[in-house]
Amino acid sequence: MPALLEIDDLKVTFHGDAGRITRAVDGVSLAVARGRTLGVVGESGSGKSVTFLAVMGLLPPRSSHVSGHIRFDGLDLLALPDRALRDLRGDRLAMIFQEPMTSLNPSLTIGEQIIEVFVRHRGLPRDKARREAIEMLRRVRIPSPEQRVDDYPHRLSGGMRQRAMIAIALACHPELIIADEPTTALDVTIQAQILDLLRDLKSASDAAIVLITHDLGVIAEVADDVAVMYAGEVVEQAPVAALFAAPEHPYTVGLLGSLPRLDQKADQLAVIDGMVPDMSAPPPGCRFAPRCPFADDACRAAPPPVVQVSATHWSRCYKTPLARLVA
Amino acid sequence: MSALLEVEDLVRHFVVRRSLFGRPLATVQAVDGVSFSVAAGETLALVGESGCGKTTVSRLVLRLIEPTSGKVRFDGQDVLAFDAAALRRFRRQAQLVFQDPYGSLNPRMTVGEILAEPLALHTALPPRKRAVRVAELLDTVGLPGVAARRYPHEFSGGQRQRVAIARALAVEPKLVICDEPVSALDVSIRSQILNLLRELQRRLGLAYIFISHDLAVVKHIADRVAVMNLGRIVETAPAEQLFAQPRHPYSHALISAIPLPDPAARRDRLVLQGDLPSPLAPPPGCRFHTRCPHVIARCRAEVPALIDDAGHATACHRWTELPPAAVAATGASPSPALERLMAAFTRVSDVEPAHGVDKVGAGSRHDNCSAP
Repeated sequence: MPALLEIDDLKVTFHGDAGRITRAVDGVSLAVARGRTLGVVGESGSGKSVTFLAVMGLLPPRSSHVSGHIRFDGLDLLALPDRALRDLRGDRLAMIFQEPMTSLNPSLTIGEQIIEVFVRHRGLPRDKARREAIEMLRRVRIPSPEQRVDDYPHRLSGGMRQRAMIAIALACHPELIIADEPTTALDVTIQAQILDLLRDLKSASDAAIVLITHDLGVIAEVADDVAVMYAGEVVEQAPVAALFAAPEHPYTVGLLGSLPRLDQKADQLAVIDGMVPDMSAPPPGCRFAPRCPFADDACRAAPPPVVQVSATHWSRCYKTPLARLVA
Repeated sequence: MSALLEVEDLVRHFVVRRSLFGRPLATVQAVDGVSFSVAAGETLALVGESGCGKTTVSRLVLRLIEPTSGKVRFDGQDVLAFDAAALRRFRRQAQLVFQDPYGSLNPRMTVGEILAEPLALHTALPPRKRAVRVAELLDTVGLPGVAARRYPHEFSGGQRQRVAIARALAVEPKLVICDEPVSALDVSIRSQILNLLRELQRRLGLAYIFISHDLAVVKHIADRVAVMNLGRIVETAPAEQLFAQPRHPYSHALISAIPLPDPAARRDRLVLQGDLPSPLAPPPGCRFHTRCPHVIARCRAEVPALIDDAGHATACHRWTELPPAAVAATGASPSPALERLMAAFTRVSDVEPAHGVDKVGAGSRHDNCSAP
């Protein structure tokens, strides 16, 4: 089956002060099929959010430059006129942001914000749109939706606001849902509720979901496939079970090792030395080489190749398969 | 063993609305009868969700906020009876590290000035000796000496947090209160700071109060844990015991809500329904009863007392009759090959604990990467 979303050699550069050019995304290729959930994991500045803001066409046109191809169900999103893209957004494409307080309009009730979607994209009359809005709030398990529909965002708790955001995103049954750190601002017990909700939505529709997060725990719970991003590149991609059981990129190994574990009390956590490279002048070879305990001269000299571990698992590293290193 | 810090029945109410004539109309019972103790060299974690009062407790202990009632004893002395001079001496021994290393360092001062300030305030160290002490402090937290001449904005989040820790250590405290010290940091940087905090504790014999909402981090660093819900402690226990067998349903829910980095993990998750009640109008009886799956009539009427049972205290009417919490699922252990690969990352930092942990100067540029 062809993928619903295909990103091919995407590059995003930002033009900063004094002619400084930052390569935020540098040659990213990813694909998501209908009914699958792709987890995209990486730390601040890895380019994970920027990649999908480019998909949504939400990057500032004056200061950013996007090249490559983004195909959504056969449409080339980068070539699409603004108007056509606006028709897609909120209808077939939807995005859920991290901070529900700033991404909801504080001067409209949550009902009005959902009704707006139905009127804009479905052309429903307002009374029918209102009934649909209440139904959406019920679907995301907001209690007493008939009353809540007339509440302003500030009247809702953080978890409720995130549900309202999800209700707006899902209003038109989008085929692709991009969730950018949807639970990061929430307390753990509320995060558990939202993750439950996402899993339910996943099984109830055949939408493709992209889940962007820095939390490997969240990835393990929800994703089918995982792409690990580092310094503007995807460095490893694998089905979720393979990635956690046998990671093949040293960065992924370091990330997993730096998580405090519940099964034992480790004296020292793994530490990834140093920091993310300056993306206006990335290192010439492997971008992770300066922080990698396995790196040698070859790693520092030229960008590493993509090494296929299995049909669905690859890593951008000279040392893959890593098992050789500890045999 | 006498405790370094003893807190007894600490209460703080905030008036949030007053009538025209100044009569309180609405109060938040931010902290409502909290008792705990911290021994020298020990780490006590305070955990709970937003609004549970854990941060207010830390401010009350240091008297940055005055308690409504209660007792705080430090080294056997009554902190609440201190006059200004005694309070200053006390604050030399009890320091605070904040969550946000961006907001807590003065952007107009160099790191050297930031670290010298507490030395000037609290010690008789002459100015020329301060520079030596500053260099020592930087070395202690794994920053190079040149950092003293730079400004906070030249550093990454992790490096700034090291500066904040160095500032807290400047006056050689016995107790450091860490308020969400790693919450704002990326995973790989977070582990650097956690390792540093543990190493400093071992070397300097510090006691920590570690405030966090991240239970995996707490399990890693804490000796004992106190779980707070809406201004009250609902359970305190040694960390191992709490995570192996939580007794309070709220602790159970918190622990089972941690997303495990293991896709194969299957477990009984206790997902709480509904939201945190408003602290303006906390529910009567047990404050957890609106979200508790085991609630009975008694819970709605009667406040449960925190009852100690051989070092494991629980405030729940029903914990003895509830089935033991099945949170044993902790995720599979990594394969031996993966363990060895991960160990390669640990070894690097063992060799050079003080140098090369972070490269100074690259920080500000890194921070710009994420913003267009």
